[in-house]
Amino acid sequence: MTISQTQSPKLGPLATLLVGDKGGQRLLMAIIAVAIIFPFCNLVFSPDSIFHVSTYTLTLTGKYLCYALLALSVDLIWGYCGILSLGHGAFFALGGYAMGMYLMRQIGDRGVYGNPDLPDFMVFLNWGELPWYWFGFDQFWFSMLMVLLVPGTLAFVFGWLAFRSRVTGVYLSIITQALTYALMLAFFRNDMGFGGNNGLTDFKDILGFDLQSSGTRNVLFFASALALALGYLISRFITTSKLGRVLVSIRDAESRTRFLGYRVEHYKLFVFVASAMMAGVAGALYVPQVGIINPGEFTPINSIEIIIWVAVGGRGSLFGAVIGAVAVNYAKTYFTGAFAELWLFMLGGLFVLTTLYLPKGIVGWVKHIQEGDGKAAQWLALLSHKISNISFNKGA
Amino acid sequence: MKLFKTLLLCTFALGNVFTAHANDGECQKHLQSYNQSIESNTNYQSDFNELVCRLVDASYQEKETLINSIVASENNKALLIIESLKSADLFYNKKNGDVVTRKKLENGKYQATSILSNEVLGEFKKRTLRKVGINNNLRRTINGLVAELQISSNDVSLRESAAAELLKSAEISALPLLEKALIKEENEKIKEILLTARALIYLQSDDQLARIEAIKFLDGSLYTETRNGLHAFLNRAKQENNGYAKVEVQLAQKTLDDINELMKLNGVLENVYFGVALGAVLLLAAIGLAITFGVMGVINMAHGEMIMLGAYTTFVIQQLMPNNIGLSLVVAVPAAFLVSGLVGVLIERSVIRHLYGRPLETLLATFGISLVLQQAVRSIFGPLNQDVQTPDWMAGTFTVNAGLELTFNRLYIIIFSLLVLAALAVVLKKTLFGLQMRAVTMNRPMASSMGIKTGWVDALTFGLGSGIAGIAGVALSQLTNVGPNLGQQYIIDSFMVVVFGGVGNLWGTLVGAMSLGIANKIFEPMAGAVLAKIIVLVAIILFIQKRPRGLFALKGRSVED
Repeated sequence: MTISQTQSPKLGPLATLLVGDKGGQRLLMAIIAVAIIFPFCNLVFSPDSIFHVSTYTLTLTGKYLCYALLALSVDLIWGYCGILSLGHGAFFALGGYAMGMYLMRQIGDRGVYGNPDLPDFMVFLNWGELPWYWFGFDQFWFSMLMVLLVPGTLAFVFGWLAFRSRVTGVYLSIITQALTYALMLAFFRNDMGFGGNNGLTDFKDILGFDLQSSGTRNVLFFASALALALGYLISRFITTSKLGRVLVSIRDAESRTRFLGYRVEHYKLFVFVASAMMAGVAGALYVPQVGIINPGEFTPINSIEIIIWVAVGGRGSLFGAVIGAVAVNYAKTYFTGAFAELWLFMLGGLFVLTTLYLPKGIVGWVKHIQEGDGKAAQWLALLSHKISNISFNKGA
Repeated sequence: MKLFKTLLLCTFALGNVFTAHANDGECQKHLQSYNQSIESNTNYQSDFNELVCRLVDASYQEKETLINSIVASENNKALLIIESLKSADLFYNKKNGDVVTRKKLENGKYQATSILSNEVLGEFKKRTLRKVGINNNLRRTINGLVAELQISSNDVSLRESAAAELLKSAEISALPLLEKALIKEENEKIKEILLTARALIYLQSDDQLARIEAIKFLDGSLYTETRNGLHAFLNRAKQENNGYAKVEVQLAQKTLDDINELMKLNGVLENVYFGVALGAVLLLAAIGLAITFGVMGVINMAHGEMIMLGAYTTFVIQQLMPNNIGLSLVVAVPAAFLVSGLVGVLIERSVIRHLYGRPLETLLATFGISLVLQQAVRSIFGPLNQDVQTPDWMAGTFTVNAGLELTFNRLYIIIFSLLVLAALAVVLKKTLFGLQMRAVTMNRPMASSMGIKTGWVDALTFGLGSGIAGIAGVALSQLTNVGPNLGQQYIIDSFMVVVFGGVGNLWGTLVGAMSLGIANKIFEPMAGAVLAKIIVLVAIILFIQKRPRGLFALKGRSVED
């Protein structure tokens, strides 16, 4: 991080961000490559070709990219500020619901009941008119604003209350869990006007483009990759800035930072809200790709799983979070398909082993091996020196 | 259990088929002396069996006298006979005149059972068994007689249901029967019901004094029928305006209002009882966590699975002793403690030991363990819920007054949870282990230098907390479905209780559990179950802002991070 400060001014602001961040550079290159190659292979090559990427794979990868963005948002607060949120799935789901509401309104009169204003489930529940909080969601710009504002506002209110009263550590984790649990219960209610336990589904199109067409899928995929790359750069910007260093100091010694005169709660609140908004964007990109959003996304287990992705990838390393999210989810897809029974054993085992033996995740492990080589060489040199000393002494 | 019973019955029935003797009907024997007496035209005392056997050939008029005589004989079979007569379940064998009940068999034939001797008389074709017929007139007679027989029965529960029936109908025609029963009745509860029924009948009479007496009597009576009766009375007074005095209408209104007031109080009491019961469940679920999380500071996400293991232990033990459900529950308590406790010690030694001082990592590791345990149980027992039986003494209700009945199982749970809490408090305060445990939590290096094996104290403490979770599982197996996800339902609630009550304080856990339970049940009638839960959760989130360390926070230096 210090290198970036001393670089020559010739570099643009973007490049300055990435100087000294080898992992980040590689990751961004990988994201850009995937964002171009996957749609290209999907559109250009015929399904028979070995280079063809099926729309299924494309959508699946798009899903992983959304998860990666979500993991990034969690790493931002957990890895860099020590806030372990066990309710980040709630922000993801809220963003998803905001997008889902827009897609719901886009169905128009093509629903089962053919009502031009009301979504099917409202007609089914005999609702007379659209509830006030659904207004505006027929506009794309408004919905996108809500994707940011709804999770952001919730995070602001919640964070403002919690950080101001200095709820920290385990207590904060548990009340974030209570938050997502309460939201889950609320969204399961039919009276809430969000489709109850069926959630929002049967989407038709987005901005007039058919959601099922591979063209739209490719655009969504590209948007997810773009969002992930942007999210990475924003996170990197935050963590390398002066504010980022205050955050790290809060993570390592909150009281001392406060004694130094920093308003700890303001820093925490800022990063918490930013992270919640990122999670919301991830959710909004996720929903059109999987085609459904339901209250199941709010379950506390989901939120804990996000933490696992970050822990496996490497807490406190932005590209580690992305690697963790993709790796764990790829493994999940593979194992739930191949050995459904074993998946929970493996996931559980992964948590235990990661926390016990890989406290810094995959990234930390790789680094350890790289550095370890150097140390091993030193140690060998020392050893041989001693041995030669001994033999020398003996000889004397 | 059920299967076993039917099996037993089947062998019993089979044995009887072989010993049955179908040729010579029993009724022919019973009727011998009667036929002789007719021939010799002498007066003689009919016996019960003979009366029943004569039903077969009697005309409707004769049947009426016969039925009256059967009832008058006060034989304890009388009720059964006239009830089956009424429901057209009484048959007779065309060949020998035996009076029987029948049951259809799988081969299309009917199995006849003698109503007098309860003997199985063998299999018969449908045509052989004829119905003992009755007409509407007889049916009416029988209805009256059934009520009379029931109300004078020796069986208390039968009398009680008959009295309740009278209370429900409150027909003027039933008055003589009621008066007769009142004279004999000694059971206070039944007497009360009968008196209320009588008052309700008087309420319909034309005599003003009787009506006023009735209203006065009904004051404070909490039966639903009383309220209905008073409502009906007030409606009549409004509509007909037929000589009901203003005084009595006002009196009736006031009585009704009083009763409604009492019912409201009852409702509150019942809610509080439900709340305390829910609090007891929460207490049981959270109390183990109060040890592992509260005392040791380990966020044990596998706590719910310890509860689940306890519930499955109960299930296994019931499978091992299927004839003794009540005892199995008693055995399950220590067994569940051991199973969950041992698993707890194992987890502590293998995983948590390496993670002390890193609460967030512990959270992740124990969450992993919880997934493994869930899947293990799912692989062994299958994903479906297991059927855990409830012993008979858990069923039933405890009647406070006519409008308020409290179920026993909730009462047992409340008592049980308090016992567990008390036992735990004793272990913590009065035993050497408890002392060492507290010493290690307060100052580990100092405790260690005093010769306490801190590692083992940690392991045993965790084992204790997990074991108590197992005991909670035994209790919960009686209340909810026992499935692999049982623990998941309670883990968040348990954390809420401990965080709300304050960490490291058993009193806090008790107060926390009870307040959450009662708050939940108070909100429930107003807002519905789900909304009540949401309100409570939000309230806790807000409460934590005010008191970040819970209701009963520990004070002092060791509290700081």
